[in-house]
Amino acid sequence: MPEAVHHHHPALAHHFDDLEQQKEAATLGMWVFLVTEVLFFGGLFLVYTVYRAWYSEAFAVASHELDVTLGTINTAVLITSSLTMALAVHAAQLGQRRLVIIFLVATMALGAAFLGIKSIEYYHKFTEHHVPGPSFAFEPHEYARHAQIFFSLYFIMTGLHALHMVIGLGIMTWMLWWAWRGTITAEYYSPIEVSGLYWHFVDIVWIFLFPLLYLIGRHVH
Amino acid sequence: MSTEHVVPTRVYYTIFGILMLCTYLTVQIAVFDLGPLNTIAALVIAVLKATLVVLFFMHVKYSTRLTWAVVLGSVFWLGIMLALTMSDYLTRAWMTFG
Repeated sequence: MPEAVHHHHPALAHHFDDLEQQKEAATLGMWVFLVTEVLFFGGLFLVYTVYRAWYSEAFAVASHELDVTLGTINTAVLITSSLTMALAVHAAQLGQRRLVIIFLVATMALGAAFLGIKSIEYYHKFTEHHVPGPSFAFEPHEYARHAQIFFSLYFIMTGLHALHMVIGLGIMTWMLWWAWRGTITAEYYSPIEVSGLYWHFVDIVWIFLFPLLYLIGRHVH
Repeated sequence: MSTEHVVPTRVYYTIFGILMLCTYLTVQIAVFDLGPLNTIAALVIAVLKATLVVLFFMHVKYSTRLTWAVVLGSVFWLGIMLALTMSDYLTRAWMTFG
């Protein structure tokens, strides 16, 4: 059908019938990837569940050492970044290039703020000797061994989450570039939509990490 | 079955408000000693928040049935992993017979 070729949108890949089908395939593909991510983090949550069931008292005491204020602020920061991400997708759907750029920059700024706050928390943990390893120290001493397991999980889970944030910032930089040069239009916005799915997923992981790591020891004195 | 569904921004602002409120609630509830209910309350709120993000921010509410199947599939397989593993770990102490 040479006639049809003539009307092709430049972003339409040849193996799709139309942009609608291409967008559905992209969304589905990202969701399939997110399933693997759910099970990846799911494995870590499983380890957490097993150890917490075994050493619940030590976990509560160790959790009490985390900074709830900074954790709460970071939760708010990440939820706000999800809002600006959703608004960026919304602007992309309507072809509002300026707004897409503004909301993407806002999302990246909030993501960077999250990582900044996280690094302050990590710094405190280093100075308090709560980083697992030879210099690990914990009071009261009888909980030290099991508290070290808690802090191992804390660093692995929040560390991998932070790595996802860094990758997310990289993706957003890429999207910012595409929005800037005009690749993103009302007809072709699926790159922003699909990047948004990734960003929201990382937010969801934090929604579970926050109460399970920061809040389980709050009622313990 | 068009996926070209533009959600009004007021929906996003409403969901954002609920998510913030839930965050406040989960922090406040954690101060009280409710025994095992602490963890249950925290998880119920977290699941509610995650569901809202998936349905509205991630547009699953407006997506195709195939997307729904994939999303529910991830929860289902996660459930299998958690349930079967915990049914082992949590029942090891029961092995006093034999």
